Amino acid sequence: MKKQLFKGNDAVVCGALLGGATHFFGYPITPASEIAHAAALYFTRAGRVFLQSESEVNAINMIYGAASAGARVMTASSGPGISLMAEGLSYLAGAELPCVVVDVQRAGPGLGNIWPEQGDYNMVVKGGGHGNYKNIVFAPNSVQEMCDFTYRAFEIADKYRMTVFILSDAYIGQMMEPVELPEKVSKTERKPWALYADRESRHNLITSIFMNTKLMGEHNWKLQEKYKEAEKILEFEELETEDAEVLFVAFGICSRICQTALYELRSSGIRAGLLRPKTLFPFPKQKLNELGERVSKIIVVELSNGQMADDVELSVRSRIPVLRYNWMGGEVPSTGEIVKRVKNDI
Amino acid sequence: MVKVKHAKPESFYKVYERKLTTKKVTHYCPGCGHGVAHKLIAEIIDELGIQDRVIFLSPVGCSVFAYYYFDVGNVQCSHGMAPAVGTGIARTLENSIVISYQGDGDLAGIGMSAIIHAANRGENMAVFFINNAIYGMTGGQMAPTTLLGQKTLTTPMGRSTNRDGNPIGMCELINSLTAPVFIERVSLANPARVIKARRAFKKALFNQVERKGFSFVEVLSPCPVNWKMSPLESRKWIINKLEPVFPVQNFRDIEEKPERYERVEMSDEELLNLFKIEKEMEIKPKTKKISDQHIKIAGFGGQGVMSAGVLLANCAIMEGLNSTWLPSYGPEMRGGTANASVIISENIIGSPVVDNPNVLIAMNAPSLDTFEDQVSPGGFIIVNSSLINRKVKREDVEVLYVPASEIAKDLGLITTANIVVLGVYMVKSRVLDTETLKQVIPISIKKKHLTEVNLKALQAGIDIFKEEAGAHI
Repeated sequence: MKKQLFKGNDAVVCGALLGGATHFFGYPITPASEIAHAAALYFTRAGRVFLQSESEVNAINMIYGAASAGARVMTASSGPGISLMAEGLSYLAGAELPCVVVDVQRAGPGLGNIWPEQGDYNMVVKGGGHGNYKNIVFAPNSVQEMCDFTYRAFEIADKYRMTVFILSDAYIGQMMEPVELPEKVSKTERKPWALYADRESRHNLITSIFMNTKLMGEHNWKLQEKYKEAEKILEFEELETEDAEVLFVAFGICSRICQTALYELRSSGIRAGLLRPKTLFPFPKQKLNELGERVSKIIVVELSNGQMADDVELSVRSRIPVLRYNWMGGEVPSTGEIVKRVKNDI
Repeated sequence: MVKVKHAKPESFYKVYERKLTTKKVTHYCPGCGHGVAHKLIAEIIDELGIQDRVIFLSPVGCSVFAYYYFDVGNVQCSHGMAPAVGTGIARTLENSIVISYQGDGDLAGIGMSAIIHAANRGENMAVFFINNAIYGMTGGQMAPTTLLGQKTLTTPMGRSTNRDGNPIGMCELINSLTAPVFIERVSLANPARVIKARRAFKKALFNQVERKGFSFVEVLSPCPVNWKMSPLESRKWIINKLEPVFPVQNFRDIEEKPERYERVEMSDEELLNLFKIEKEMEIKPKTKKISDQHIKIAGFGGQGVMSAGVLLANCAIMEGLNSTWLPSYGPEMRGGTANASVIISENIIGSPVVDNPNVLIAMNAPSLDTFEDQVSPGGFIIVNSSLINRKVKREDVEVLYVPASEIAKDLGLITTANIVVLGVYMVKSRVLDTETLKQVIPISIKKKHLTEVNLKALQAGIDIFKEEAGAHI
């Protein structure tokens, strides 16, 4: 298979359709709109369903319906839209319905602006809505991963009956890179819990309400066990960590900048390494704990007020210094800025 | 003599557990209208023989546990969102009979956007809107349909127009849309009215069997407990108070079947080919060593700076190199300056951000002003001298002045100025082969009839550089 040049947001739609997606419900928002544009074209051409909803609230509830009916269903949005979906995401978790949500992050809070940020980390990784639930979260750092993670997300969502997030950012969504497309179309099988408007599935019930406190408690414990089980899908990438004295921890666009920075640092004699979580839930707690024994400093580079850094600190149990390099508002650091700061800090 | 038949519809469960572990937690109050409405629906499901196909959406409100009663497929929905959930289901299961059963707070309050838009799209669903002019489950607060002067927990002195607005007529609102096929308001105040209501219920459900589309039945229904009345008083109150404000009538009943959108799913093979470019290109093996190219192409919207960047990235891939393309995007694309960052490298590319370009292609004056100082020493700048009058101030960079817009204009298509400068760049940098671009242009350019003029523009760029170089050397 030959590589083709794709935009990150377009690659999501390729990955989705080849990953067996049957439905897309969404509402336009910069910088995620190209996903809806491409879905409108390709889902329709492929005889799948694309529908522009009247709001993100309605979109996530259309997803709730289609997922109840066994569909492989998705949406794409950015921070303000994901905020609006919070209640629906909680319902999906409570009713154990699978779906895929792409968040191409922009700067916040409020209307913010359309430039890249990673300030949705807590909202997406910690759940976003009310109640004791989690989402599985993939963090692509290339156009190839925008395609691949979306492709795989549907199967994982079906397996765990969970929402799988693709937590991207405005740069990864907007950039173009060569992509190798998957060579097989993934398919969903009949789901024993879903409704198919037939006799076999008639007794199935999709709900998240348990008025009996004991039953509600049991349901919650069952969900927690499932989330524990989902920790198996943990993925991360290590770059030059074997002999690293300084460890970058970064995801998305920041991990790309750190990648360039670490080789510049190495060429001037500073042994830098990078741990890049590919999944943010599950989070590489154990790996960080191990690396915390070996490196002298950890530097968490984020386009936020240090939301992931909190998790990094927890993972290394604050035994070693965790420095926070943060940018917000759509500001993206240059490689040079990071290199200079590291040299200053060690 | 009239015979009264008492029977339980098959679509109801046989037993309602009130004891032990399977104990159900809530049940409708004495004199409530839900029991009558439920029974009408269950009987009609039986009559139409659609029990297996029904997917019943329960709302947030007193009927949240409708699935305690209906032996059909059941989905409990978030507050007001049943019509959106129903949209998702109806667009997944062609065979489904979607019933959305909602109260007045759920449908006309929090769920207003969902119901209006589902109606406007003509979704395949039957909506039963139980209007009892009050919030029942939460204990009797004002609903959008609460009457003027009516006392509720949140209108203790009675609803007033000035503060609370007027009662909303949902049938009237939905009747302003063209897509719905059936709209009727019915009342459950006495047996004669219930019999009329039954006909409307049946029509709404039969429309789903026929896949005719969106059907809406508003049901004036008693809530004696929250109205603080006896069941008998509550029936009278419907007739004397509710019906004058919410007239019981048919608003629409369309006989003909609307045209339906049919979709045909692609096969796996067709799907795999869906994203493939029409003509595959040969990727050449790498033959030469190159230095990393950090290119910034900038100009105003419409000068093709974005597409010039994409062409370069495509050429790089064709020549077995790595490449990234990053645009300026969003509102600034509309009319303002735009720029694309392209990196070309033999190695894996980390950051796609170009902070210090070693190649700047400035298509207009603001672009040169913005990026001139950022060019790394030893780099080069291509200046579109047709639109930029000034010279480059920097002395540590190489500069090529190319009247790209004029050349393009002479070729008859001013927008090919971007291709002229690409020709110049390629010959100058020797990183990419102009022959590659000649292959890429016919494939990448969307307007095929412009292929030839673009190829001419490329040649003009190649030639002008040779002239420039000759003049300088």
